[in-house]
Amino acid sequence: MHQVGYAIGLRYWLNKMGYPRLIISGFLLLLLIMTPFVGVNLPMQITNIINRFSWNGVLVLAMVPMIHSGCGLNFGLPLGVLAGLLGGTLSIQFSFERFGAPVSFLMAVVIATPFALIFGGGYGWLLNKIKGGEMMIATYVGFSTISFMCMMWLLLPYTSPTMVWGLSGNGLRPTISLDGFYNQVLADFWKIDFEKIAGKLDVDLGPLEFIKIPTGSLLMFALLAFLMWAFLHTKTGTAMTAVGSNPTFARAAGIDVDRIRTLSVIMSTWLGAVGILIYQQGFGFLQLYNAPNNMTMPTVAAILIGGALVNKASIGNVIIGTILFQGMVTLTPTVMNSLIHTDMSEVIRSIVSNGMILYALTRKTEGSK
Amino acid sequence: MSGKNNASVGSRLLDLVRSNAVPIMFIIICAIFIPMSGLSNSYLINEIVTRMGRNLFLVLCLLFPIMAGMGLNFAMTLGAMGAELAIIFVADLQIWGIPGVVLAMILSIPFSAVLGWICGNILNMAKGREMITGYILNFFMGNGVYMMVVLYIMGSIIPIAHASIMLPRGYGIRNTVSLLHMRQCLDDLLAIRVKGVKIPVLTFILIGLLCLFIVWFRRTKLGQDMRAVGQDMEVARAAGIKVDRTRLISIIMSTVFAGFGMVIYLQNMGNLPTYTGHSQIGMFCIAALLIGGASVEKASIGNAFLGVILFHLMFIVAPGAGAYITEDTMVGEYFRVFLSYGVITVALIMYEAKKRMVKSKAGQELAEAQVRAGKEAAK
Amino acid sequence: MTNNSAPLLQMQNIKKDFFGNQVLADINFTLGAGEVLGLCGENGAGKSTLMKILFGMDVIRETGGYGGDILIDGQKVEFKTPFDALEAGIGMVHQEFSLIPGFTATENILLDREPKKKNVISQVFGDRLDTLDRKEMERRSAEAIRKMGVEIDSKMVISSMPVGHKQFTEIARELSKDRLKLLILDEPTAVLTEKEAEALLSSIRSMAAQGISVIFITHRLHEILAVCDKVVVMRDGHVVRDVPAKETSVEDITRWMVGRDVQQSAAAQTHGKVQGDDAKTVMSIRNLWVDMPGETVRDVTLDVKEGEILGIGGLAGQGKLGIPNGVMGLYEAGGTVEFDGQKIPLNSPRKCLDSSLAFVSEDRREVGLLLDESLEWNIAFPAMQIQDKFLKKLFGGLIKWRNEGAIRDVTNKYIQELQIKCTSSQQKAKELSGGNQQKVCLAKAFALEPKFLFVSEPTRGIDVGAKSLVLEALKQFNRESGVTVVMISSELEELRQTCDRIAIVSGGRVAGILPAAASSEEFGLLMVSQVI
Repeated sequence: MHQVGYAIGLRYWLNKMGYPRLIISGFLLLLLIMTPFVGVNLPMQITNIINRFSWNGVLVLAMVPMIHSGCGLNFGLPLGVLAGLLGGTLSIQFSFERFGAPVSFLMAVVIATPFALIFGGGYGWLLNKIKGGEMMIATYVGFSTISFMCMMWLLLPYTSPTMVWGLSGNGLRPTISLDGFYNQVLADFWKIDFEKIAGKLDVDLGPLEFIKIPTGSLLMFALLAFLMWAFLHTKTGTAMTAVGSNPTFARAAGIDVDRIRTLSVIMSTWLGAVGILIYQQGFGFLQLYNAPNNMTMPTVAAILIGGALVNKASIGNVIIGTILFQGMVTLTPTVMNSLIHTDMSEVIRSIVSNGMILYALTRKTEGSK
Repeated sequence: MSGKNNASVGSRLLDLVRSNAVPIMFIIICAIFIPMSGLSNSYLINEIVTRMGRNLFLVLCLLFPIMAGMGLNFAMTLGAMGAELAIIFVADLQIWGIPGVVLAMILSIPFSAVLGWICGNILNMAKGREMITGYILNFFMGNGVYMMVVLYIMGSIIPIAHASIMLPRGYGIRNTVSLLHMRQCLDDLLAIRVKGVKIPVLTFILIGLLCLFIVWFRRTKLGQDMRAVGQDMEVARAAGIKVDRTRLISIIMSTVFAGFGMVIYLQNMGNLPTYTGHSQIGMFCIAALLIGGASVEKASIGNAFLGVILFHLMFIVAPGAGAYITEDTMVGEYFRVFLSYGVITVALIMYEAKKRMVKSKAGQELAEAQVRAGKEAAK
Repeated sequence: MTNNSAPLLQMQNIKKDFFGNQVLADINFTLGAGEVLGLCGENGAGKSTLMKILFGMDVIRETGGYGGDILIDGQKVEFKTPFDALEAGIGMVHQEFSLIPGFTATENILLDREPKKKNVISQVFGDRLDTLDRKEMERRSAEAIRKMGVEIDSKMVISSMPVGHKQFTEIARELSKDRLKLLILDEPTAVLTEKEAEALLSSIRSMAAQGISVIFITHRLHEILAVCDKVVVMRDGHVVRDVPAKETSVEDITRWMVGRDVQQSAAAQTHGKVQGDDAKTVMSIRNLWVDMPGETVRDVTLDVKEGEILGIGGLAGQGKLGIPNGVMGLYEAGGTVEFDGQKIPLNSPRKCLDSSLAFVSEDRREVGLLLDESLEWNIAFPAMQIQDKFLKKLFGGLIKWRNEGAIRDVTNKYIQELQIKCTSSQQKAKELSGGNQQKVCLAKAFALEPKFLFVSEPTRGIDVGAKSLVLEALKQFNRESGVTVVMISSELEELRQTCDRIAIVSGGRVAGILPAAASSEEFGLLMVSQVI
């Protein structure tokens, strides 16, 4: 299609990727190049990026169905997260770890599912009433539900001693360690640990020994991403894309637009629930109260950095976006710290993620509408 | 007109309740909570008067963008940031008291105006999604650009003379800047006490002046243009009104006045939480305005007054009431947060749902008329 | 009034083409001060384009300007924007209202021209902070309303006004402009009740008596005769008649509007497959009403015979487009529709498609196409969703997987058959030209293999070559697959070339059904018979 020489030109990449993604990729590349010079352990950083990718990948994937059906960026992600938290806490409450950590995790997913279906169904119904204003309302539905659940975490009759406040005996703690429950249950599955391999083979791999790959988590992401990809190739998946692309066309072709939109919201919410459980098993802690608030913006920003539009997204966008965003999150503090002895990462992350969302919102050329 | 008079008192009352459902609901909530909280009336009145002085100016700033049809200005926090920058410089210059407050207000104008100009231009690029864009912009500026300036650039690039407001590491501003020498200097000047309740007369005069300005502004050409743009951009443009410019001005005005409001707010608080001061301001002001009965497209000075009283009353009594019901003070804390978010959510939903309802209802009426005409023709 | 020797407005040799498509040629007419000129012609005759040129609308400049001269008071003018035209004393009342709903009539009449008072603050910050002079505003709007001669409440808010009063507010706004010399009224009576229309006519007369010239565009021909000094009839971008109103009649005007030479209608006979009354009725529509904004259907009863091509014609806004949109469930509708002896539920697109009906919408961009998707998706999508075509069933039908190969094949088949110009079947629909997009819409419907096809405005906005191809494809589809086709079009000639019978819709009702060979005059009379 294009001449090879043209592909090297800056303008080609600009058109293909847009300014923000190009700047972020360049920034990340610069950080990677700088790592050896400022004395940062590159293999460890790469392990970090892979790890964080495995934690966040599914959450970012949860954006895809709603973007496809034209519901916009899912600022209502907290609903899914809360369903996941309910699943996680109940799994601990009922001590499913007795049957082993994998069962504990599986039961967390199983218990989270009906909550995700109910939350997603209600949320989808609401979003159908307010077409056009989804994003702002989703944000505040998220906030209201989180603050409602804040009360519930205090009032629900949880009794598991690992979770409730020691003194008063009721009300959940803000941070619950998952040690002894489903901590690392996916990550440790077929884990590739270069240090152990080196130990077994009795060779010195040098800095490579820092590399550890959480195979199970990655496989889980791959499985869900594959299912998502497959779904988008089915009849219903095709209808979902068409609804997002032009709802009037879809209606004229006999599609029940509201039903498809509700389905997409339920899928997004369920993926959000599973996503937060995968995040927790990697992170090692279950965070309650206002913590779900902090999941939304990075997740929305990640898929946008990956090249998604307000009404178009692909699995590729998810993977690229998560790697770029998490790469930035892990590399910026370490590199910056060793370079100028200041941790500006929080500020840079905030500028990048919110700037990315702003860019997407102000772009005139998104879709046909 | 005669038709209206004939409508029964009951149905008119019902209409009144329906159109003021949110304030009525909050009046009921407060009425139930006040006895539960166990707080004395004099304490409550004192608190409410203080909080009115502190917050009303900020809430009133939201009226300009609503007039111009840009919805709830979630980016009003930009003005708060402008004021915070101004206050930091004033604190660094060690100018306290009334001169300090006046200087901070004057200094805040350029900061707020520039931030408002940026905001207005961005919102003009995102027509139809102003609220979510303003909301994100507030994070972009607040957690990004403002943090960058205050935490890293101040003291390193922008000279800061007084070490007392700087972080020990030699640059960046402390988490809290004490405004002890400025504390309530505006409120105390001309203050009077009525039965133990301190009334900050000067602050209320300033608020009164802003109200007068708003009333007067509605009667100006610019105010008229804003209302026109707010109702129908296309028609306004066809009539020759510069739509984008008018919208931009409304946002700049809102931001600059929010800057003044934030100075009033901070002198009352007596210290500046450097990095968190602005973060909740937008949300609280918007919730207060909505509780006062405003909607996304319509708000009045009365809504602002009623809203501030009800919102803060609820805010003061909720923890106590929560503790009374559940024997857990935290529940009350969360409950009031839930109510503030909840009221914004409901207001937004009602706004969007109404937009759709108006459309479908118009269609229905048309169809019915046709059927009727058809039947008559058949006869 | 500066120079009485030159007429107020002279149009000299006005020409306009849209990208090589000539829409106006050699338009000449003059209009004196205080004269009322009636402008009529079928849809697409070029009336609105001409008025857009006169009013300096942006579209004209963006599409390459126009040829010829416009003279006002003998001076050549060239308006770059509507504001220039306003400056020169031309006012225009458009078909769509341009009013602020929450403002009173007075505020709307003086929008952006409010009288102001200076104050201290405005001296410093500029005149946008001048306060409005409400008294003066009331006075001026009262004056404009008085000039118009129709009583409306100047303090009433627009959103609570009846539709006719909104129209009068618009007219009063133009009249409040001091410079106003020429007022263009584009179908102002379309939304008025009979009484209001009469009031408007008398107000036009009183305006003319005050020296304001009026160009009056309407489909209600008797109004033109009642109020105009002269009548200009346009057809196909030409002025075909320019006569004093006294010397003409409704019949004459109708003939000039639609009249082509009689020999052309012979074309209709060539495919003459005239059905007798014994042909089976495949669809019967009874008392259909449709709430489609701008195309309201009030009470339509219509039978469609199996295997025919039925045309539906009529003037714009009379409801012809509402019929297919209502039957197919895209707009709210009521009444009964029977297809093949089965009742078809209304307001449910899916049910219609399930009963093998298909619809090619007149709104290609909004309804007809997935602009951002490939041709493959556009063509295959409805057939896939409705009839489970182009799907591979996996796991015993549990999963319905998109069969990309089959989709590509069917797309390429239609690309060839309909000669769709594109780089590949993967090209995005938005990158095609209008004519090719229309062919994609047809292919989409053909892929459904329907028994019955509604085609709405199939040739709107496409060039001549594509036009004949599209019509030919429709005829072929009808002949070879035995599909009943109902074609809705604004262009009578096109209907007469393609269809067996033509129903004319007027005022939301079927005014009559004629064979394609009937004379233009008969069609013309039906078109204007029940115009409201």
